[in-house]
Amino acid sequence: MNLIEIVKKLRDKFPHEVLWFRCFREECDVTVKKDNIREILIYLKNTPTLEFNYLIDLTAVDYLGFREPRFDVVYHLMSIKYRHRLRIKAQVPEQACSIPSICDIWRTAEWFERECFDMFGIEFKGHPDLRRILMPEDWEGFPLRKDYPVFSDLAEKEWLTFIELKQKAKELRGNND
Amino acid sequence: MPGLIKIFDSNKEPIEIEDGIKIVPGCSTIIGSLNKIASWGRRSSLWPLTFGLACCAIEMMATGASHYDLDRFGVIFRATPRQADVMIIAGTVTKKMAPIIVNLYHQMPEPRYVIAMGSCACSGGIFNTYSTVQGVGEILPVDVYIPGCPPRPEALIEGILKLQQKIENELCHKSENFSRENSQIEERNESHRDSEEAKR
Repeated sequence: MNLIEIVKKLRDKFPHEVLWFRCFREECDVTVKKDNIREILIYLKNTPTLEFNYLIDLTAVDYLGFREPRFDVVYHLMSIKYRHRLRIKAQVPEQACSIPSICDIWRTAEWFERECFDMFGIEFKGHPDLRRILMPEDWEGFPLRKDYPVFSDLAEKEWLTFIELKQKAKELRGNND
Repeated sequence: MPGLIKIFDSNKEPIEIEDGIKIVPGCSTIIGSLNKIASWGRRSSLWPLTFGLACCAIEMMATGASHYDLDRFGVIFRATPRQADVMIIAGTVTKKMAPIIVNLYHQMPEPRYVIAMGSCACSGGIFNTYSTVQGVGEILPVDVYIPGCPPRPEALIEGILKLQQKIENELCHKSENFSRENSQIEERNESHRDSEEAKR
């Protein structure tokens, strides 16, 4: 079964969920609605002819200023048995910025979802331990959002602990510089 | 051979081995100002903290290994801040790492020194981003800055030699408010010198 057949099979199974699909250079991605993402992924994992048993990556893309809904959560899937690769994109709007968690389908999604929450602020409903994974836990804001400051000068968004640290260093140095 | 021994023994005067430091032949005695001897000891056994943050650390390891061989300067890496004299900040300092670095610095016994190695540690380098400290000088008193991305081992050795020079010229024990105390002592010395000259 080649990729186009897989995508067509998926579209026939979920006609109301699949919005569109795109194939380019033997890679396919399928854009779907977010509400039944779990059913779609369980179907892809458990159907004997597909068997996408490996979640390579889970991340998100911010389309601020390009289109609505703002975010895409991207699932990179692979079937180790058949050597198929497939990308599933679920659209998430800025309001109600949440999507069902898939931790119980692939355990590896646990940290991916934490990273995605850390960087984009997308809430994964049903995640057992949704904390920041890379940034300090009391950090404010989500750095990979397009409206986050790019440069080091964060102004009022600066991390409080770092401001205190700089202040303390200044006091220790005294009035010498 | 007996002749050589005789020549050596016949010299009873102290021999100057370095500016201001003499040894007395025949007995294991060194004469010199305490400051000089202390700073000689300090600069000849700079023990850095084994501590790498990014790719510069690889270059630091290469400098410590047999080809460049930091051991010949008395530089021996220590795995605990409590035995270290100098901290080589080798790599990008993230804001999340900054409190940990300051903590390690305060665990080191005085006198302590900091070398900022590489453009990231000096100024943030190419990482002008939300997560990166723009130069470790923002949070620690840096003694020597070594530019380069990463600096070659020769550059790190040059930086260590520069730090040795700095320690050699230091007037007194460096403490937390070192620069202020140093300048006060310099002033005192100067006024003392002036009054002495006036007496003459």
